[in-house]
Amino acid sequence: MTCSDFLKELTDYLDGAMDAQTQAELEDHLQWCHNCYVVCNTTKMTIEIYRDSHLYELPEALRDRLRTAILSKCQSAKIGCAETPVRRRSSRSKS
Amino acid sequence: MSTIQPRVAEPSDETVLVHAAKAGDINAFEELVKRYDRNVFRIAQHITQNREDAEDVVQDAFLKAYQNLANFQEQSKFYTWLVRIAVNEALMRLRRRRPERMVSLDEDIKTEEDSMPREVADWAPNPEQLYTQGELKEILGKTIQGLPPSFRTVFVLRDVEGLSTEETADALDLSIPAVKSRLLRARLQLRERLSKYFKNRTGGDGKK
Repeated sequence: MTCSDFLKELTDYLDGAMDAQTQAELEDHLQWCHNCYVVCNTTKMTIEIYRDSHLYELPEALRDRLRTAILSKCQSAKIGCAETPVRRRSSRSKS
Repeated sequence: MSTIQPRVAEPSDETVLVHAAKAGDINAFEELVKRYDRNVFRIAQHITQNREDAEDVVQDAFLKAYQNLANFQEQSKFYTWLVRIAVNEALMRLRRRRPERMVSLDEDIKTEEDSMPREVADWAPNPEQLYTQGELKEILGKTIQGLPPSFRTVFVLRDVEGLSTEETADALDLSIPAVKSRLLRARLQLRERLSKYFKNRTGGDGKK
């Protein structure tokens, strides 16, 4: 297996989406190829850092404001073919 | 080396909520909003890179979902269907802000060379601890902003929100190989760009 072959399989490897034989071949490559080991390890860290970063969290005050706005708009609108008609509360229906 | 596990589980009572909302129960729909508003906001902000646009996307995506509930055939999870609506809304806003650039999920930029690793220095053991929370968020935000929209959209759905490859393909109307190709390149490009902040510096404190 070459480094290029390894790279092509990296996503499936990190996601655990491969057969046992391919996984064994990749792990054998990792045993002796330091560069691929580093790339694999730091790619995994990249994913974990983003996942755990709480980047773009929705602040509670904004969350409440958005939810109020959404529900107000929904009550003014209508579900396409709802079994029970939704009462309109304003003339700004968008449906 | 252990694998990355998805973090979103399907709530078992969701079908009940969706059916109630379809029948006009606004409280059931509110429950769905509460369940997914944080996710939709995060996805929207990742794609648009603009706070105001992200707020608008959250509102419009849920409103559209509500208005089109009758068309939701339940062949996918409600969340996947909602994500599809939210991504389309977010891309539409991105196009409005950048009319000079084509913004499309179909764009397949450059060749594989743009993702070939150049930086192969190992990182510090706990790289996120080299920076304060604020500094780290700035680095991560700035770094992902540099990716093409089609790459960061796939990355945020798969790796931040934990959708499966199949769900991501379904939500974005892409083939599975296209999702995998973009995901690999997004991951490698982010890794490459983060390396300058996180690599192990012998005798240094890791900061620039």
